Amino acid sequence: MADDNGLIKAKVVVNEDECKGCELCISACPEKVLFLQKHFNRLGYHPAGYTGDGCTGCGYCFYQCPEPGAITVFKKGYIEMEVC
Amino acid sequence: MPRQLIKGNEAVVKGAILAGCRFFFGYPITPASEIAEAAAYYMPLAGGTFLQAESEIASINMVYGAASGGVRAMTASSSPGISLKQEGISYCAGSELPLVVIDIMRGGPGLGNIAPEQSDYNQMVKGGGHGNYKLLVLAPNSAQEMCDLTMLAFELADMYQNPAVVLADGFVGQMMEPVKFPQPVKKLEDKPWAIHADKDDEFRLISSIQLEPEILEQHNRHLQAKYARAEQQEVRFEEYQAEDAELILVGYGVVSRILYSAVDNLRAEGLQVGLHRPISLWPFPKRRIAQLAETVDAFLAVELSNGQMVDDVRLAVNGARPVHFYNRMGGMVPSPEEISDHVKKILKA
Amino acid sequence: MSDKKLGKAGCFYDIYERSATANKDVTHYCPGCGHGVLHKLIAEAIDDFGIREKTILISPVGCSVFAYYYFRVGNIQCAHGRAPAVATGIKRVYPQSIVISYQGDGDLAAIGGNNILQAANRGENITVFFVNNAIYGMTGGQMAPTTLIGQKTTTTPRGRSQINEGYPMKIAELFSALEAPVYIERVALTDPKNTNKVRRAVRKALKTQMENKGFSLVEVLSACPSGWKMSSVQAKEWIDEAMVKHFPLGVFKDRTEEVQPSEAKRHVFNADDLHKKLDIPQNIQASREIRRTASSNIGQNARIIIAGFGGQGILLLGVGLAQAGMQAGYQVSWIPSYGPEMRGGTANCHVNLSDKRIGSPIVSKPDVLIVMNLPSLDKFEDCVQAGGLIVYDTSLIKKSPRRMDVSALGIPATEIADELGNARVANMVMLGALIAETSIIDKEVVFDALPDFIKRKNLISLNKQAIEKGIEFADSLVSVA
Repeated sequence: MADDNGLIKAKVVVNEDECKGCELCISACPEKVLFLQKHFNRLGYHPAGYTGDGCTGCGYCFYQCPEPGAITVFKKGYIEMEVC
Repeated sequence: MPRQLIKGNEAVVKGAILAGCRFFFGYPITPASEIAEAAAYYMPLAGGTFLQAESEIASINMVYGAASGGVRAMTASSSPGISLKQEGISYCAGSELPLVVIDIMRGGPGLGNIAPEQSDYNQMVKGGGHGNYKLLVLAPNSAQEMCDLTMLAFELADMYQNPAVVLADGFVGQMMEPVKFPQPVKKLEDKPWAIHADKDDEFRLISSIQLEPEILEQHNRHLQAKYARAEQQEVRFEEYQAEDAELILVGYGVVSRILYSAVDNLRAEGLQVGLHRPISLWPFPKRRIAQLAETVDAFLAVELSNGQMVDDVRLAVNGARPVHFYNRMGGMVPSPEEISDHVKKILKA
Repeated sequence: MSDKKLGKAGCFYDIYERSATANKDVTHYCPGCGHGVLHKLIAEAIDDFGIREKTILISPVGCSVFAYYYFRVGNIQCAHGRAPAVATGIKRVYPQSIVISYQGDGDLAAIGGNNILQAANRGENITVFFVNNAIYGMTGGQMAPTTLIGQKTTTTPRGRSQINEGYPMKIAELFSALEAPVYIERVALTDPKNTNKVRRAVRKALKTQMENKGFSLVEVLSACPSGWKMSSVQAKEWIDEAMVKHFPLGVFKDRTEEVQPSEAKRHVFNADDLHKKLDIPQNIQASREIRRTASSNIGQNARIIIAGFGGQGILLLGVGLAQAGMQAGYQVSWIPSYGPEMRGGTANCHVNLSDKRIGSPIVSKPDVLIVMNLPSLDKFEDCVQAGGLIVYDTSLIKKSPRRMDVSALGIPATEIADELGNARVANMVMLGALIAETSIIDKEVVFDALPDFIKRKNLISLNKQAIEKGIEFADSLVSVA
């Protein structure tokens, strides 16, 4: 996932269990890389998902999402170790 | 220790400060205003805080906030103001916050007047707000007791984690008498449940909300168990010439003072009359009154109200003996002679 | 939080153990609700500023009553609308803490209107987050004070009408008219740009409190998709299109630059020297046991009524008698008539001096009646005990008492006082006459007691003179007799 400079690429991780499918992240994403998934999660919502490519780490989705733990955004240059 | 001639209302404030109270939130109302005034003067001198709130509702909620912080805090008012505080008092009882409310009762209903009455018995003793709760209610009858029972109220409030009330009438508040002030409480116990603005707070919550019926029932059972303990341990009363009495006068607050005189007058005439004076209105000395009912012929409850305490006397006597009732209202106060005449009528009948 | 990662703030509990809902890892808020976003912004700021340990969050009634499920801080849940009062209480106890009052529109602008107004006006050093979503969410979509004109709610089924319900209340504008608030801004949780302004406002408001600069309020226009019956995305558009028209965004007050930061002093419990601080007498007062003569009918249990006009010092005369009586070793009590009649009407008080415990402090049949005006003589003359004493001011009462079974002592107290240069010490002339006539208290004890009831030291000698004159006058009558 490292880019040309060797840094980790930005990415967004949706915790599907905590997503209520409000779509605010999707509508706010400038890169249009978030989408509503077909399946239902345990809460009975279609959770948001990440296409897997194109996230710039802008964080718009994070600040639109009302759930504290539903979205995590890793910005470009994030060091993998911090995940541990 | 020398005595100080002082108003009951002022003795409350000095007693409160000696008991370790440093936070007073109040609102002016006759005949309780001297309490706020004395608190405004003395609280800052004792390193404490006085704040005049925008309303009685605000002042009890400020006390709610301060008591949440684990300090001894208080408010004071008179009947109409107490009605306004009832919402907050219910929240305090629900959240199990120890604090002290002083009520210097006046005439009602409505705006009534500023003269002494005992018309708040029901709203304090029976729980004037919503929900299942009790307040620890103490009824002083002298300036000395305004100090002493205020101090006791803080102890009881902490002991039971519940609001405690000093319920006095306008006379007891306005009266000046010599008071011997005790030594101050030097150190207060830490309250491990309280919010302290430190790292332990993340696990602490002051709240009266319990959404789950099972949990709320459990909480109520817990409160009731606490009240049952208080009923065992916190009954306080005083008796005068009660041992061989055929008729027992029952009265609290300023009425009990009038009844001492009436008892003296009646005894001088050879009539076997005694006095039972509840000091704790809740818990009410019901067992003692039931005991008295075994030996005396009758009771006469005297109140400056339409007859609120008399219900508790009747419950305690439980039909075993007649319970007579005599009252004045609106700020009218019976003289000892008036009581004596009434007693004689009862005894003749 | 790492500046390379945006995730769940440490200020939130990992698992919401207190939540009554089945899923304890998600909030109870509806999808798209603004509360969650504002919670995140506040939590992030608390973490970034390192203030979690000293933060106290107040959650009053509204959807956010359960904010305490989520925030890993000190939490106080309280009654509807009362958060600013509760916040005031705890902030006064812990001035070094960070107190947040988190309120909805019904809570803040309706039921708690006065509480927030007064807290703002006092300039309490607290931070208020005011969530304006133009509706009562928790109770199921009723009208709020901020509901827009025409907006349908369950209690305005035909839309809010200014004729029936008035106009939506503009809290930020209203409060910025007050002097005390330091920072007031209205922001909106809509697009990322506006949301970033909310984030900045949240941080600025908390910073203002951290620097002890005073009161700040951030009004946050926030979506209630459920209450508005819209999708989450539509709801945000509605804020931008409809709400912002009535509730313009912007800074309404900002004195943060002009107010100097200060340090909050921690409250420290101290019980040292309390008796001194409370003016409780330190030493045994000069107490002189007096020899009570049998020169009058007044025994050792005197029940006294003192009456006259308000302003004649009636109550003070009684206090002086009680104070001196106490110092002379009596049991004493003093009860005033109180209230409006003190201010210009008639005044009276009851004093008991007794060797025994005092029963009723209220005197119904006085042994002594001291009266300084005619209405008082008329009112109380009949109740004096047979064999009792009436002391009356002949300067103002131009007739003698009718009663033949009591002693009467008339003294031109007001004229005597006037000759001394101040008619207001007539009360002390009366006191002098009383103690001379009854020997109830030795005059030296009264003089000793003077500083305890005459607070203005420069008036003590005048009062003493007045008492002497009263004694002289009473004694002269005795010698004449």
